Amino acid sequence: MPVDVEAKVLRNTRLSSDYNIIALEAPEIASLVEPGQFVMVKPGRGSDPLLRRPFSVFEILRSKGRIEGLTLLSKRVGVTTQMLLDAVEGDTVSCLGPLGRPFVTVDPPAQAWMVAGGVGLAPFATLTEALRERGTTTRLFYGARTGGELFHLDWFASQGVDLVLSTEDGGTGDRGRVTVPLERELKRATGALTVYACGPEPMLEAVARLAAAHGRPSQVSVERVMGCGMGGCYSCVISMRDAGGGHHYVRSCIGGPVFAGADLVWD
Amino acid sequence: MDLSVRIGSLHLRNPLMAASGCYGYGVEYADAVNLSSLGAVVSKGLFLKPREGHPPERIVETPSGMLNAIGLQGIGVHRYIAEKLPELRRLGATNIINICGSTLDEYVEIARVLSDVDGVHALEINISCPNIKEGGITFGCSLHGTFDVVSAIRKVTHLPVIPKLTPNVTDVASIAKAAEEAGADAVSLVNTFLAMAIDVETRRPKLSNIVGGLSGPAIRPIAVRMVYECRRAVKIPVIGMGGIASATDVLEFMIAGATAVQVGTANFVDPFIWTKLLDGIERYMARHHLTCLSDLIGSIDTSTREKQWVSS
Repeated sequence: MPVDVEAKVLRNTRLSSDYNIIALEAPEIASLVEPGQFVMVKPGRGSDPLLRRPFSVFEILRSKGRIEGLTLLSKRVGVTTQMLLDAVEGDTVSCLGPLGRPFVTVDPPAQAWMVAGGVGLAPFATLTEALRERGTTTRLFYGARTGGELFHLDWFASQGVDLVLSTEDGGTGDRGRVTVPLERELKRATGALTVYACGPEPMLEAVARLAAAHGRPSQVSVERVMGCGMGGCYSCVISMRDAGGGHHYVRSCIGGPVFAGADLVWD
Repeated sequence: MDLSVRIGSLHLRNPLMAASGCYGYGVEYADAVNLSSLGAVVSKGLFLKPREGHPPERIVETPSGMLNAIGLQGIGVHRYIAEKLPELRRLGATNIINICGSTLDEYVEIARVLSDVDGVHALEINISCPNIKEGGITFGCSLHGTFDVVSAIRKVTHLPVIPKLTPNVTDVASIAKAAEEAGADAVSLVNTFLAMAIDVETRRPKLSNIVGGLSGPAIRPIAVRMVYECRRAVKIPVIGMGGIASATDVLEFMIAGATAVQVGTANFVDPFIWTKLLDGIERYMARHHLTCLSDLIGSIDTSTREKQWVSS
């Protein structure tokens, strides 16, 4: 059951001109959330923005063994993300969750390969922790426009994640999209592995296709325009294959946001 | 305090309904909300057969509102009865089924199918969806069309019949009157206002369907005016909606003439809004020494008064 919390902003860390990590006091949600689930967020009390916006939970905050809240990784694209960028300690942000279907974690000896594009890094911190508990070997293919937009690298490294970086300007790691190193490594890979992906939809499509071409299962976290996050409005639909060879629209808020890459029909 | 209201033969514990198309089939909210605490749950619009709806983008936010063009994606009436209604019955929900048709015969057939089903409490007749070409709104935009659909459905069901009216007409009160003459038990209004939004960078419409329906607080004053006009034109109850987001908004609609109200867009923002609305209504009733909420219906005071001066 989702909970609605008027969450106090504990701190707000600006990472770049567009990116920030906002920490919210929402232990009721943080203690329930599973990797890949999301929250519906609305800063301010007015009607601009009117609707909440979906965000993957980035980190679970713990203090002295107690769950204190959660963080969101946000990139400024509109009015809500601008307000989240500008929020200061003590502000409140309305936070509804946890919502949606989480990632399915894989066990050793299978490996977990996470593929993140830009702000699509968000669900992979909690997934890393869950995989680490299971002893699963993890790699993170992480792509951004520039090296200055690759965040949290030390933390992922400290969790034993093998980092494979790429930037569109070639400043850090491979030059080009995140699929460049992914394809190279998939060609070399031996043993079982599952690919997890979050990022822009064209990236998800490319990753799902690459994984399928190499006989690997994939789980992708999609981001569609969402009105409610609860299955009420039918705005966030995505086309999914059905057994008969056709396809049908599924609400990504309750049917996802995590889907098997092979189940989706890319527009 | 008595918050109950009557819509024809239907007795509602309170005037709050979840609006069609804004609450899925109701079961989506069963984990979060006690559905039996609502006056009624109005289902998503149902045709006889399943429908895929429009491709994304299906919604876009606009100032104090949103546009939608979902295109009535739905599972069809038979799957609704088989898959959703048993749970709604178990949860004690009062169920108003929103029915759609491409033809007069389809409306009649759905009404017939639902009339013998346990757990169906009323039919809301969708003659007002702005987002699909066939059927629906072509009936709701004319006096004859409205009269024909409502009287045809009236002949095949004992359930309360509630046509849902479009605001995209010159005179909504005359449509309400036609519905009343055809035997409607109530009318509900307003459906969304036909509208559009364009991305100036790409020059593309923001919705795949190009046009969509505007809802949310942006439309509330127009909806209040239309409820007021309909209340004066007909004797049957009027169910009001359009941007209701607070108890004050509920009360405003009721004073304008609504017997009950529906909440749509605001539920997207706050799925727990229902208890807040009820609390606010009860506080108002206490403050105004009201024991029966139904006494408020249509109680607008438009008399001219002597100016009262307050010395400062």
